[in-house]
Amino acid sequence: MKKSLIDIENLSFQYDYTQVLKNISFRVEEGDFLALLGPNGSGKSTLLKIILGLLKPMTGEIKLFGEPSATFKHREWIGYVSQKSNAFNSGFPATVQEVVKSGLTKKLGLFKRPGRDAKEKVLEALKAVGMEAFMNRNIGELSGGQQQRVFIARALVSEPRLLILDEPTVGIDHENVQSFYDMLVKLNREQGITMILVTHDVDTVSNRISHVACLNQTIHFHGYKNEFDTISQDALEAWYGHSVRKIH
Amino acid sequence: MIEAIFNYEFLQNAFFSGILIGILAPLLGVFIVVRRLSLIADALSHVTLAGIAGSLYLSQSVPALAMLNPIYLGILASVSGSILIERLRRLYKHYEELAIPIIMSGGIGISAIFISLASGFSTDLMSYLFGSVSAVSRQDLWVVVGIAVVVIIFLLLFFKELFVLSFDEEYAKASGLPARWIHLLFMIVTALVIAASMRIVGILLVSSLMTLPVAAAMRLAKGFKQTIIYSIVFGEAAVLIGLVSAFYLDLAPGGTIVVTSIFILLLVILAKKVVFKMAAKQEEVAQ
Repeated sequence: MKKSLIDIENLSFQYDYTQVLKNISFRVEEGDFLALLGPNGSGKSTLLKIILGLLKPMTGEIKLFGEPSATFKHREWIGYVSQKSNAFNSGFPATVQEVVKSGLTKKLGLFKRPGRDAKEKVLEALKAVGMEAFMNRNIGELSGGQQQRVFIARALVSEPRLLILDEPTVGIDHENVQSFYDMLVKLNREQGITMILVTHDVDTVSNRISHVACLNQTIHFHGYKNEFDTISQDALEAWYGHSVRKIH
Repeated sequence: MIEAIFNYEFLQNAFFSGILIGILAPLLGVFIVVRRLSLIADALSHVTLAGIAGSLYLSQSVPALAMLNPIYLGILASVSGSILIERLRRLYKHYEELAIPIIMSGGIGISAIFISLASGFSTDLMSYLFGSVSAVSRQDLWVVVGIAVVVIIFLLLFFKELFVLSFDEEYAKASGLPARWIHLLFMIVTALVIAASMRIVGILLVSSLMTLPVAAAMRLAKGFKQTIIYSIVFGEAAVLIGLVSAFYLDLAPGGTIVVTSIFILLLVILAKKVVFKMAAKQEEVAQ
């Protein structure tokens, strides 16, 4: 059996009086490429934040790499790439190289400074996303798509085993979205990095992923991509409460 | 002037403190500016004033405390202010900036009360407001040295964490860094530097020494490390030129240092514009 990286049992969460997540249970195994689908306000970002330890669940249990999330010490195993729009101040005076190097912070631990091998790791991560030529540019000078690649490199540099991406292609033009996803597939297949991708681009990702989870307060479906393809249009609409376009 | 420094202890105190502050204030200032906390520095300096005014009043009314150096109560007020600001920011999560006017007006209000209790402005108080070349004591210098050591150790230990926190707070938290603690320590260190700087630049102008050199540096630098280096160079230049001119023209150094910083900033903005225009022209010629 493949190793389970995320185990969620009966998880619920509410903000003040609004129930956001209800009785969520699902697991993600090593090597999966999971697309997390759901309409706006379905709780996708909240679920990610709980997995990342930014929010605490009200009830339920969450295990990361087999350990309870609250005592999980290896956050560097989980890489995170957020939506570009809220990620950072684009006037920040930092070079691409400095940004990627900052991805090593947790791995190095407190009081340790990055040494010479850090530079090599940074270069390697930048090569993996095809951005090594930009390493001395200021991050604010790059286009949205290039910035997202740099943020992936920042996540890769600590050699994560799981990469969580929250709508990483928002604000990136269509052509670049294709090559962006191709890069994720490559990382998944060649380096064996497990992927959780929150997205709206169902059409673009559908032939690249292995698993699908449909979320709207609760998990309506979680399984292999080919099982997802057999779900009827009516069922999808019932889960989401409005029309959904399904692509094969 | 150099001869005078060898001869007069008060000048040595002012210059050595000035050199240290010229490094410390812009160094922390880079983090303050990129994190958009410039106004917090201003609020903290006004809280420091409350401590100074309180101490001056105590020295006047309690004979046993006549020799109390106001810098200690200043530091105490500044550090408590920084912790209070953090408390308030957490309390008003959706209105974080509210903490600034609350703390700032609190600081000025308390200062006003102590100043009137101590029956108005004295020359001593003026030297705290706008800085002084002659009023820095040996004890003040040692306090500045102590604070410099604390700040340097703090930055050596937490530089990379502070960078991540400044660049992308959510990412820092998601990677499991103790973001809250590092931020609180940073605020306390900032409070210390503000208290240390006030002897030279004065309470009302401390925040400008933390922000103006950084503003100039950001126009020129590539990357974060370069921004820090340029900021320190500009900050140090402003302090030294400001102190020397304050000494010769008999002016408050806070004024001369800040005016020099503004001058450097304008020069940098202008120089960059000229270089841009020249580059554009060269391109035109090449085409």
